[in-house]
Amino acid sequence: MNNINWRIISNHIILLIGVVFMSLPVWVAFSTSTHSAETILREGLQFWPGTDFLKTYKEVMFEEAGVMKSVLGITMLKNSMILGIGFAVGKVIISMLAAYAIVYFRFRLATPLFWIIFLTLLLPLEVRIIPSYEIVAGLGLLDTNFGLIVPLIASATGTFYFRQFFKSVPEELLEAARLDGATPWRFFIDILIPLSKTMIAAILIIMFVVGWNQYLWPLIMTTKEENYTLVIGIKQIYQILSEGGELPQYQKAFALTIMATLPPVLVVLFFQNWFVKGLVESEK
Amino acid sequence: MKRVQFEHSSIPYLFIAPQIVIIAVFFLWPAGQAVHQSFLLEDAFGLSSQFVWFKNYTDTIGDASWLQAAWFTAVFSALVTFLSLGIALLLAVKANEVIRGARAYRTTLMWAYAIAPPVAGLMGNLMFHPLIGDLYKFLNAIGWDFNHKLDSFDAGFVVVLIAVWKQVSVNFIFFLSGLQGISKAVNEAALMDCKSPTRRFWTITFPLLAPTTFFLMVINITYAFFETFGIIDTTTGGAPGGSTNTLVYKVFQDGFRGADLGGSSAQSVVLMVIVLVLTVIQFRFIERKVHY
Repeated sequence: MNNINWRIISNHIILLIGVVFMSLPVWVAFSTSTHSAETILREGLQFWPGTDFLKTYKEVMFEEAGVMKSVLGITMLKNSMILGIGFAVGKVIISMLAAYAIVYFRFRLATPLFWIIFLTLLLPLEVRIIPSYEIVAGLGLLDTNFGLIVPLIASATGTFYFRQFFKSVPEELLEAARLDGATPWRFFIDILIPLSKTMIAAILIIMFVVGWNQYLWPLIMTTKEENYTLVIGIKQIYQILSEGGELPQYQKAFALTIMATLPPVLVVLFFQNWFVKGLVESEK
Repeated sequence: MKRVQFEHSSIPYLFIAPQIVIIAVFFLWPAGQAVHQSFLLEDAFGLSSQFVWFKNYTDTIGDASWLQAAWFTAVFSALVTFLSLGIALLLAVKANEVIRGARAYRTTLMWAYAIAPPVAGLMGNLMFHPLIGDLYKFLNAIGWDFNHKLDSFDAGFVVVLIAVWKQVSVNFIFFLSGLQGISKAVNEAALMDCKSPTRRFWTITFPLLAPTTFFLMVINITYAFFETFGIIDTTTGGAPGGSTNTLVYKVFQDGFRGADLGGSSAQSVVLMVIVLVLTVIQFRFIERKVHY
């Protein structure tokens, strides 16, 4: 009995160490963001929250020249939202259509097209970043939402998620639908989409997080400050901080970091069960 | 594929067309460009270029800084994969065992999934800041002459630590759901046959987790190769002296900062080949040894 108790206690200790390891950096970032620049410079990072929460976050989000030269924090938040939602919605629509064609139709180019789609999984944007940039620049798409979002959709992760899911849908459904004379379009709209609701929700959540967190592509293809996303914005702030100069505004950097972290974290926590299910199920 | 399918000549093409068009314009075309440019040498002003066969490739692979990056990438990927899988497995096993607070542990251990690698990198950067960073001060206080701006081992330490931190939560989610998928009957049978929990884990649970582990290895190596770009760019930037350059980061550095298009493209192509070979190896050899 003693043995078992000891095991339970040690389990909790290990888990608590894990929780501290995972949460402490973010907690310290938050606490530090609520102190003044002078305090941080004098005393270093802070463990307990201070009194400057409203002041700093208001400056960072709503005031001209609060963080960047001109762009407001709230504008960057909007840009991140557009990227996250646009990426998620675009990806779900395009990959659902493609997966439907692959799973439910017999057509001549099915196999080669499938392999082309598979190839995109192996070679992420990072390895072809420079030619991608040149092509998007050549098409005049720099600093546009279209140029930001669409090249990111080229990787076919979503298509594979839906392919796996469609394959698990019972065959009898299609047989029955065909006996009733349903057209491919009707079957897709009336049967397959309602069946995929949970899957669609899960993939929307995962893809929102992936889109929100994009770094390299927005970094090179947005040149104007007004198009910065939050992730790009904090990178610029840290750059300014490391260049030195007057009193470094660490609290603002931390505050913007928290703002860049909060929306995807909230989405994941709020839709935890869907998110985990989507992540795990889709990999089977 | 389905046994029952629609027989149709044109409709499937309509459905698959948007995806294929995007892939053609934003994937096949740039990938082709990379291959094409890798055979060219541009003059200093980028006005004319000359076909030089494999010169860019031999220059790249023979270059000491490329070999250094390749070596760092290998060590870095191995460390990140091994450590983040190990920590995540330990936490998942414990979280699966406890009864009280299981849900709270699950939530607090997985939420870091949502944090972007560059954001993790920037936070780490301030934790290791020479002026205000507590970790920096702590490491120096316990007698480690720590300076990640100057010492390449210390810089590597910072990058690995942040990369592992960021990856633990994904691995944790998969391991935990793998553990929960093991049937009660198996666990009870094991409990009767074997008293030692440690032996039970290695002989029963761990082999049953093999498919999950294999899958996660692929995910983690891909992560270490590509997604850690944001971490490296926001912490060390490849410094000191290129010692924390990964292959992907070097493609970016040489192409954008160094404006060496031919060399950078050749590196891209070499990297594509490495990834393809790794994928084939993974599927051919490792998967065969994993019992499903």
